[in-house]
Amino acid sequence: MYAPKKIVNDPRNVVDELLEGMTLAGDGRLKQISGGRGIIRTDLPPDRVAVLIGGGSGHEPVFHGFVGPGMGDGAACGNIFAAPAPNIVFDVAQAIHRGRGVLFVYGNYAGDIMNFDMAAELCEEDGIAVQTVRVWDDITSAPPSEMDKRRGIAGDLLVIKVAGAAARTFGTLEEVAAATARGRDAIRSIGVAVRAGSIPETGHPTFDLGDDEIEIGMGAHGEPGVERTKLMPADPLVDNMMERLFADLPLAKGDKVCLVLNDLGSTTMMELYIVNRRVRQILDARGIEVYRTEAGRFVACQEMAGFSITLMKLDEELAGYLDQPADTLGYRRLG
Amino acid sequence: MGLSVEDTRALLIAVADSVVAAKDMLTEADSAIGDGDHGIGMAVGFEAAKKEIEGKDFADVGAVWKAAGMGIMKTSGGACGAVFSTLFRSAGKSLGAADTLETPALAAALAEAVDAIKARGGANLGDKTMLDALAPAADALAAQGDAPLPAALAAAAAAAEAGVEATKQMVAKTGKARPLGERSLGHADPGAVSTAVIFRAMRDHLAGQG
Repeated sequence: MYAPKKIVNDPRNVVDELLEGMTLAGDGRLKQISGGRGIIRTDLPPDRVAVLIGGGSGHEPVFHGFVGPGMGDGAACGNIFAAPAPNIVFDVAQAIHRGRGVLFVYGNYAGDIMNFDMAAELCEEDGIAVQTVRVWDDITSAPPSEMDKRRGIAGDLLVIKVAGAAARTFGTLEEVAAATARGRDAIRSIGVAVRAGSIPETGHPTFDLGDDEIEIGMGAHGEPGVERTKLMPADPLVDNMMERLFADLPLAKGDKVCLVLNDLGSTTMMELYIVNRRVRQILDARGIEVYRTEAGRFVACQEMAGFSITLMKLDEELAGYLDQPADTLGYRRLG
Repeated sequence: MGLSVEDTRALLIAVADSVVAAKDMLTEADSAIGDGDHGIGMAVGFEAAKKEIEGKDFADVGAVWKAAGMGIMKTSGGACGAVFSTLFRSAGKSLGAADTLETPALAAALAEAVDAIKARGGANLGDKTMLDALAPAADALAAQGDAPLPAALAAAAAAAEAGVEATKQMVAKTGKARPLGERSLGHADPGAVSTAVIFRAMRDHLAGQG
């Protein structure tokens, strides 16, 4: 096991220092609230349903890196890999609420569910309407019959993108939530871990993986996957992952998809494009059209090496949401 | 008989100190079947709990427990923050305006905490969670009837420890360990370990006082 080398100060301060630096990188368009643990837009447009995103820190750019026009209005930021406390979520909800309710969008983890639900109760007592869409795209974390037990991974990017676009499109919380849930339901992901990331404060890797091993389906926090195997070349690995995706998300000739290739922290763009080459060979052979490709780091786990493949089956409505402009630190799209 | 409001405050400060001192051990327990941050979240929360109750006057026993729970709720985050803040806040609500802490009232408060945590997280007994230590501890306390707190908490601490052992034979059904399935066998649940730390701290703090 290699020793992690991180460019940090006191490891106990990583979250505070990261959020301060990230807010400054917003060049005036972001500000910190709630003891620094909430990040909100300074340029909130009036009279819209608010989109509140959030989760544990350490997965940047998600979630706080997706605050900005066309995506989240504010983010509640937890400690490393831990859900934000309810009062942070509540403070952010109050700050971004513009009279039309707040949509919570976050990954489907027990800690997040409990803390966001507690925050939703605080909002309710304060007269703020809340609806929730949890991201659950990781196909290896539960069978299709238990979709609502699946973890949220790189699908976060697309669900937040849809939520932001829907908030621009619709006037009511119910409509925005319904559109966001429709987008969520069209998304499936699968990941592979090559090497663990480590927790800054302990310096310990989140899991053990042999030097010559990989694990298919391993979660962003090192939750175990479905198959541990020897390191193999990119093409057969992609073949294996794509087979599993097709088994879960039926796609027919002529279908359109959005494809996301996500670096889990320290897999290179070189590798992602080598993966993309094989993914496209497979999709082309099946007559599936790629409407949009996003390759990069969106949902990471510190210096974890590995990547995930996400497919979102598109119809005109969902494609329209992806087409709308977005301008955040972690994701930008021209309109 | 029973603990005064001031003694209750000292009891919970001892609990907070023990949890903070157990940080590395809890993180180690979590690394086996979780993501290895349980001790960090618990330490942050219980440091805040201590800050909420240290050097302050409280009107009644319930207020001390509630204040400790608020400290955890505001700082800890994660599953542990939600669960352990619910434990202290719901117990505090149940204890209410009492000016002494007695065994039957504490047993009833912990039974209510078990229900509140079930409702919050949707977990049941046997799912390999902290409930598998908390529920037996609450039951053991109830079985002590009117016994003095030191003896009753000794029984509760033993039951919590036994509960931790029992979680090793359970397959995780919730949380980040759930996808492990059978691979979670043989490892104790970190939340249950934390719960045992809390009861052990209460037992040790009161040892020799009954």
